[in-house]
Amino acid sequence: MKLKKNVAVSETGFLFNPSTGDSYSINPIGMDIVNMMHEGRSKDEIKRRIMADYVCDESTFEKDFYDFTLMLRNYKLLEENA
Amino acid sequence: MSKKLYERPIIRPLHTGLMNKFGTRTEYAPMTHIEGASVAGLIEQYGSPLFVFSERQIRENIRSARRAFEARYPKVQFAWSYKTNYLNGICNIFHQEGSWAEVVSRMEYDKAKQNGVPPERIIFNGPDKTEDDLRTAIHDGAPIHIDHLDELYRLSELSAETGKRPRVAIRVNMDVGVYPMWDRFGFNYESGQAWDAINKIMTTGKMDLIGLHTHIGTYMLTPSAYGVAAYKMADLAIGIQQKYGKTIDYIDMGGGFASKNTLKGSYLRGTDVVPEISEYAEAICSALLNAGFQNNQLPALYLETGRALIDDAGYLLGTVVANKRLSDGRKATILDVGVNILFTSFWYDHKVSPAQEFGSHTEDTVLYGPLCMNIDVVRENVTLPPLNAGDHIVIHHVGAYNLTQSMQFIAMRPAAVVIDKTGNAHLLKRKETLHDLQHNEMTPEYLNTFNL
Repeated sequence: MKLKKNVAVSETGFLFNPSTGDSYSINPIGMDIVNMMHEGRSKDEIKRRIMADYVCDESTFEKDFYDFTLMLRNYKLLEENA
Repeated sequence: MSKKLYERPIIRPLHTGLMNKFGTRTEYAPMTHIEGASVAGLIEQYGSPLFVFSERQIRENIRSARRAFEARYPKVQFAWSYKTNYLNGICNIFHQEGSWAEVVSRMEYDKAKQNGVPPERIIFNGPDKTEDDLRTAIHDGAPIHIDHLDELYRLSELSAETGKRPRVAIRVNMDVGVYPMWDRFGFNYESGQAWDAINKIMTTGKMDLIGLHTHIGTYMLTPSAYGVAAYKMADLAIGIQQKYGKTIDYIDMGGGFASKNTLKGSYLRGTDVVPEISEYAEAICSALLNAGFQNNQLPALYLETGRALIDDAGYLLGTVVANKRLSDGRKATILDVGVNILFTSFWYDHKVSPAQEFGSHTEDTVLYGPLCMNIDVVRENVTLPPLNAGDHIVIHHVGAYNLTQSMQFIAMRPAAVVIDKTGNAHLLKRKETLHDLQHNEMTPEYLNTFNL
């Protein structure tokens, strides 16, 4: 699960897709996840890190991560084979 | 190192220069307390959903309405519109503030009497008064507002039969330049129906015509329409004085003043466009004072304001059941509050606040209720912080009509509490039970058993 290489991510929560010209805002936890995706980390690594950093149980992470990546895919921000 | 507070990850597309159908404003300032009482604590004690009323706000509303009218007119009497909210505790706050009762059915009439309102201070409106209702009202000396000729003739017969003179007013409908014109109640002014009714009452001599009543509509945003109505009512009253030498005791201008809710489709919020009570007062009182009444013949002004006095004092607390993503990418949040208990969500975009602190990021969301029905939509679009299952929300301005028009459907209706001036909650109505629901049910003997 990898973010497209050309997608630009700012430190302040903005994400820009130069292929489409669309920009997005992301909340802080979303930024953490996106940055980890940018680094090419696996879902399990992301889960471990999020659960270590935030007050969050596994099932909450699972369903919210599913929804978040659904939207990333919907906005065509993930690599096709991701 | 302590862990950070978790918030659901969200991504939101940014649109510049485009209209956003979800609106530009956000409504996510959290409301953790109502009049000093904790939302979470109230839900823990009384369950979710829960109707909550602010006693302070109710008293402030009626007092400021009285001030607005009494500062402009010498004889003013408010009557609490029972159909707007007839929880006894709520009615009695208005009665404590000096309001009489205005009822539109026998059930409401009996309720007002049980609450201790003297019958001569219960205004009996409405199109459906049975012969027994009329007999009771005549016997009690309650003012009866006649809606149609059938009622007028029935009263005439009952007067002859009982030997008592009913105290009556006629309801008058009229063109005040507002669409739609409410002409289904009462007698029309322009076509002469109102005068026909007055003439019948005066010539038969069996009834005391004590007042004139109108109610030009509901959620009226144009105060000047009330000025037109007051002028026409004054014209009738002066005409009665001139023709019959009869001085009318009161002109009842009904209700219909808008509350601060936002109507669906309205570009601006209700708080921005709804006139202040003083604007209605100015229009009505000016018209009456300038109508040409002799000094000693100025009628009392009765008002039956409902929603404008109670809507913003009522809150509905609820809980998030679940979140889901719709096929078009919109976020949907399911609440335990359905349209069956929030009937006004069919015509208002109710303000919704989260009841706990959140970050600054928001999502465009559809709010659904828990009913397994497609129509169960509390808000078609609202911008809220990411809500999690179990989070609480506060729906604003729900005090009018929701309790009286609520429907029991698939679950029991919630409790209602009032927060007193010291922040303490008192139960006004406990949550319904299955026993309440089945109390009047009968199952025929042969339907009692089955084999599956």
